[in-house]
Amino acid sequence: MTEETTQRKVIVFQIHEEEYTIPVELVGSIERMMPITRVPGTKPFVKGVLNLRGVVTPVIDLRERFGMDKIEETERTRIVTVKIKERNVGLIVDAAKDVLDLDEENIEPPPEVTGTVEADYIQGVSKMDQRLFILLNLEKVLSKEDVLELNQIHA
Amino acid sequence: METKQYLEVFIDESNEHLQSINDQLLSLEKNPGDLTIVNEIFRSAHTLKGMSATMGYQDLSNLTHKMENVLDAVRNEKIRVDENMLDVVFDSVDDLESMVLDISKGGTGERNVEKVVELLQTIENGGSVSSVDQKETIGTGDAHGAGEFYVDEFTKTALQQSSEQGKSNFQIDVSLREDCLLKAARVYMVFEVLEQAGDVILSSPSVEKLEKEEFGTTFQVLLITDEDPDEIENQVRKVSEIEHVRVQNYVIPVRKQETSEQESSVTGNVSKKMKESKKDRESKQVAGKTIRINIDRLDALMNLFEELVIDRGRLEQISNDLKHHELRETVERMTRISNDMQNIILHMRMVPVEQVFNRFPRMVRQLSKDLNKSIDLSIVGAETELDRTVIDEIGDPLVHLIRNALDHGIESPDQRISKGKSATGKLELKAYHSGNHVFIEISDDGGGIDRDKVIQKAIGNRVVTKEQAEAMPNSQVYELIMESGFSTADEISDVSGRGVGLDVVKSTIESLGGNISVDSIPDEGSIFSIQLPLTLSILSVMLVDVQKEKYAIPLSSIIETAIVKKEDIMHAHNKKVIDFRGKIVPLVFLKDVLQVPEKWDEEGDYSVVVVRKGEKMAALVVNSFIGQQEVVLKSLGDYLSGAFAISGATILGDGQVALILDSHALVK
Repeated sequence: MTEETTQRKVIVFQIHEEEYTIPVELVGSIERMMPITRVPGTKPFVKGVLNLRGVVTPVIDLRERFGMDKIEETERTRIVTVKIKERNVGLIVDAAKDVLDLDEENIEPPPEVTGTVEADYIQGVSKMDQRLFILLNLEKVLSKEDVLELNQIHA
Repeated sequence: METKQYLEVFIDESNEHLQSINDQLLSLEKNPGDLTIVNEIFRSAHTLKGMSATMGYQDLSNLTHKMENVLDAVRNEKIRVDENMLDVVFDSVDDLESMVLDISKGGTGERNVEKVVELLQTIENGGSVSSVDQKETIGTGDAHGAGEFYVDEFTKTALQQSSEQGKSNFQIDVSLREDCLLKAARVYMVFEVLEQAGDVILSSPSVEKLEKEEFGTTFQVLLITDEDPDEIENQVRKVSEIEHVRVQNYVIPVRKQETSEQESSVTGNVSKKMKESKKDRESKQVAGKTIRINIDRLDALMNLFEELVIDRGRLEQISNDLKHHELRETVERMTRISNDMQNIILHMRMVPVEQVFNRFPRMVRQLSKDLNKSIDLSIVGAETELDRTVIDEIGDPLVHLIRNALDHGIESPDQRISKGKSATGKLELKAYHSGNHVFIEISDDGGGIDRDKVIQKAIGNRVVTKEQAEAMPNSQVYELIMESGFSTADEISDVSGRGVGLDVVKSTIESLGGNISVDSIPDEGSIFSIQLPLTLSILSVMLVDVQKEKYAIPLSSIIETAIVKKEDIMHAHNKKVIDFRGKIVPLVFLKDVLQVPEKWDEEGDYSVVVVRKGEKMAALVVNSFIGQQEVVLKSLGDYLSGAFAISGATILGDGQVALILDSHALVK
């Protein structure tokens, strides 16, 4: 009865009412909120930089990155630090939930609905026990092009 | 064979060997008769050949092989060391360098070297005409039978002379016990005994191999002595772990033997050789005490250490609050220890400037040939240490300055003689520590800087106006040659003046947090003096408050801080400016430039930090000055790199991140 299904270990976190996942191997650590230093000249979703054990690490707010409303931080707010292509970034999420194994074959491409903007950073969705998980494409989430504000105010 | 993992080591070591070949070739040029130098070169070349063959770089190994043949012939005194020969060998080293460079860039190291190979071949043939029976002996390796020596002419003469002086030549066969652990040590002891008895002329395997324990259990030694063979045998037997010793008369072979490149250790005086290799061994031991560490690991260590320092700060706070005597003592000790640790960690990133300097003798030699000038280069203080990151950046500016000094500074021999100087120009490269800085000076005894010519040119290129120029003191005129858009070379020569000028040198050095000045006396020479920070990772900054945020401004760009009254602010075409010591300086409101969220209204006077970029200045308006501090420079990371006016970040004592302002971006 051993069915050949490849599984993907992911970290699940919550933003708004939805559950997002990223592969566990990309995650460095999950931290409570800490003081963040604002960096001028960056998009609003770039919250600034923080001191992650001696390494200056940029932090972005995923809510704002995804175009959702800002909320006040709570007891459950977490910073998920990820490392992708030598790029260390912290992601602010509403809550970090658990670590799961997703069956590869249950992963479907993102549903296409007319009239909505396709988000290129969604890799796919997966349903499991009445829960819907959204798989993030981190590389797209952290694309560098739109980090810096183009119109600089000059002296 | 999977060689990828060794590639880095291979490249590092190849470069080291090439550098040593270069150095030795230069000293050979000065002492063409010194065969020990040739031996050194040969050894490096040989190792290089072996390494590149193992790594599968055929072209590299082939060329080295050809070069080796020439060197071997030199060693055996079949080719004389002359300029022609040295030029060809230097050329081939150039080719080897480009090959290694290619490999380090991921290439295959292939290169068309026919011309140089041909030249080497010509030299080799030209030299070996007198010894027709000489043939290729590469690869015979360890095929030596026991008791067989390859005796070259020199050794033979020594042996013959000894018999004429009534001494005896003995061949001593020594076998060590199978279970002998420290073979090299036993060999060393045997040699000691033998050297007391007489002169060791030759050994098989060679001394080097014996030291590296690259032999089985037996070895042979040729000894010239006037002692009794039995006595020698007894003495040698006293060395422990010796299985067997046999001393017998050595008969000089009649037929001339050929020399194998691997086994021969051609030297007339082996005991000297032994001493040298002892010295060698000592220096090797010194070398053996260093290891290569990826700089990333040092950075990681530094990061962790800073974390420790931050926690130490907290501990200090707690122990002060608790007023616990023992706790406070412990914390104080910890503080002292961690201060020492910080020093050590910082010094681990330091390397001697020699790494940059050692390529210059070669370059100067080539340039002086190209320019038909005669130049004597001296290097002082090559052991001065600088941060690795500075070392990496400083090479190009120095090359530029040296080229400049050779091309424009030092005159041609004829001119020099007509001026009453010696035909050979002097160029000195000097490095030394002073306070928190390292100074590098490049001085020449050439024609100096021609004030009128500089002014003419500067006016021509609209760097200054005629009136300005005439009022300038010499020192300021000399500084003009480093302004952008300036090049004094009348015609563009091959050596310098290829479009990039001294302004590039100046900006590179300033970007390193250093500065450069020039002084000159007509017909006596010029001196360029570069001042560099000891390290780039630690920075002196002025911490300031801008509203509720903290920013760090590098001290190197700050002229001074001041408080400006509101009524002293003037308006020039919608811009706020102040009069700062007779100069009109624009105000830059950091809270606007940095879009700092406003938390409170500003009242009263402005606190300003006056910064400069070259001759231009700006007054940065801040809320308050916090103070001066040494901070560790950190990068913002790839994700946010390029943020406007921010050159990096640092972690403050309370663990928070403060951004470091790039004041150059704020000065227009």
